[in-house]
Amino acid sequence: MSTQVAPPLEKPRRAARRKPPSAALYEVVVPLIATAAAFLVWEAICQAFKVPSYLVPPPSAIWNDTIAIGPTVFWHSLATLKTVLLGFVFSIAISLPLAVLLTASPAIASAIYPFLVWTQSVPKVALAPILVVVLGSNELPRIVITVLVAFFPLVISSATGLMSVPPELIELSRACRASKWSELWRIRLPYAIPFIFAGLKVAISLAVVGAVVAEFVNADAGLGFLIVTSTAFFKVPVAFGALIILSIMGVVLFQIVVIAERVFFPWSSGNASVSS
Amino acid sequence: MITLNRVTRIFDSRDGDQITALEDVSLEIGTNEFITLVGPSGCGKSTLLRIVAGLILPTAGTATIGGQPITEPRQETGIVFQAPTLLPWASVLDNVLLPLRMMRRMDSGSTDKAAALLKLVGLDGFESKSPRELSGGMQQRVAICRALVHEPDILLMDEPFGALDALTREEMTMELLRIWGERPKTVLFVTHSITEAVVLADRVVVMSPRPGRIAEIIDIKSPRPRSFHVEGDPAFHDASRRIRQLIFGNRHVDPGRAAA
Repeated sequence: MSTQVAPPLEKPRRAARRKPPSAALYEVVVPLIATAAAFLVWEAICQAFKVPSYLVPPPSAIWNDTIAIGPTVFWHSLATLKTVLLGFVFSIAISLPLAVLLTASPAIASAIYPFLVWTQSVPKVALAPILVVVLGSNELPRIVITVLVAFFPLVISSATGLMSVPPELIELSRACRASKWSELWRIRLPYAIPFIFAGLKVAISLAVVGAVVAEFVNADAGLGFLIVTSTAFFKVPVAFGALIILSIMGVVLFQIVVIAERVFFPWSSGNASVSS
Repeated sequence: MITLNRVTRIFDSRDGDQITALEDVSLEIGTNEFITLVGPSGCGKSTLLRIVAGLILPTAGTATIGGQPITEPRQETGIVFQAPTLLPWASVLDNVLLPLRMMRRMDSGSTDKAAALLKLVGLDGFESKSPRELSGGMQQRVAICRALVHEPDILLMDEPFGALDALTREEMTMELLRIWGERPKTVLFVTHSITEAVVLADRVVVMSPRPGRIAEIIDIKSPRPRSFHVEGDPAFHDASRRIRQLIFGNRHVDPGRAAA
């Protein structure tokens, strides 16, 4: 009956993946041209109206002033990247076990939820100076702040994913008298992968925010620190440069998560069809 | 082999009411007998199936398999659900092997066993395909293989063909009869289709709703092997008409034709 049904299902999907050159053009070249045009307009306005550089610097000034202290900026970028990545890794290390605990039993969930909500309702900027006093003036409070900013969406989406398994599969697992561990490992976690990655994408973006917030409060290095110190001395172009590097860092890290999902979990990328 | 003695099951609903899903159900099922459960929605068919599976316990009465009370799931029972519920990330072969992995019963012969089952349902060559590449009927065949791979002696099927189109459904029904012929098992098969129930069964258990009870048990004497050609058979006709009467009363019984 259905031997002929399978290939037509597969073909259009492959065709969609192998994009014609015009699609690549629209996805890469057009946005690049648009961005370049935006910078040109920006430059032109600054030049035409003679906007003072300490208010809104033109892109050329941002470029020149940032390149002038290139090694320093690079060093600050590395410091921020380190905080972001450590915070992200610790967020994962905390969130996945928490999500498993949350879904393990309603009693555990009600015990943990108030604490989770508390970590989210506390203003992190207000918490940061206190953490510095408690944990000392080093990398640790920055990582803690980053984790506090980034981990919550990851916990929630992972927990949602772990609960998204069709009830029949849980019945099947019970009928096999499988252990909770193998149910988690063989059924629940793989089912949660698309949800976990949705959480990871939010978490990596928030980790950048968290790291900068932490650097504002307490740091001797990092792009957040660079913004604070350069604006204090009216070196506004450098602050803008740091800002642009931060946004590029955010986009690149986000894309790395997207690509990691496509490479390691190709069946997960089309989130919608997972339940079918 | 399976004995239900005055089994009652009551659920607590969310608003605090108590719902009697099954009331005073007694049933004896012999080894390798094919039993179909038919009845309107809410007559407790699925509850009965899950009690035999050991997934839920009776509120009153006893359910036993081979004399042993059913207090928890047993590994020698296979289950097929209405939806195939295959793992989307695993290949067809890995999906079939899932129960063995969950039971930690994988050995060197497991893969061959799974491949032989896939061949039995006409899916040889599809081992490494992803479930998404299969049609609904093919996915349900994989789910049947998954239920058979650990060589259970009881097969529980909860409306396994309910989500398939009518033509695939007839084909799968015949397929199931063939598989059952080659690998005899005690089968408990829940369905909404009267035709399906009569074509498959040694005995049809007709249930009535609210509370779920057994209305009547009907012996189907049509000779095996059967096919949908038995629809013209007088014994088949009488059985279908009787089931129809039990479910609908006399109002919907079409005297000319009694097919589902």
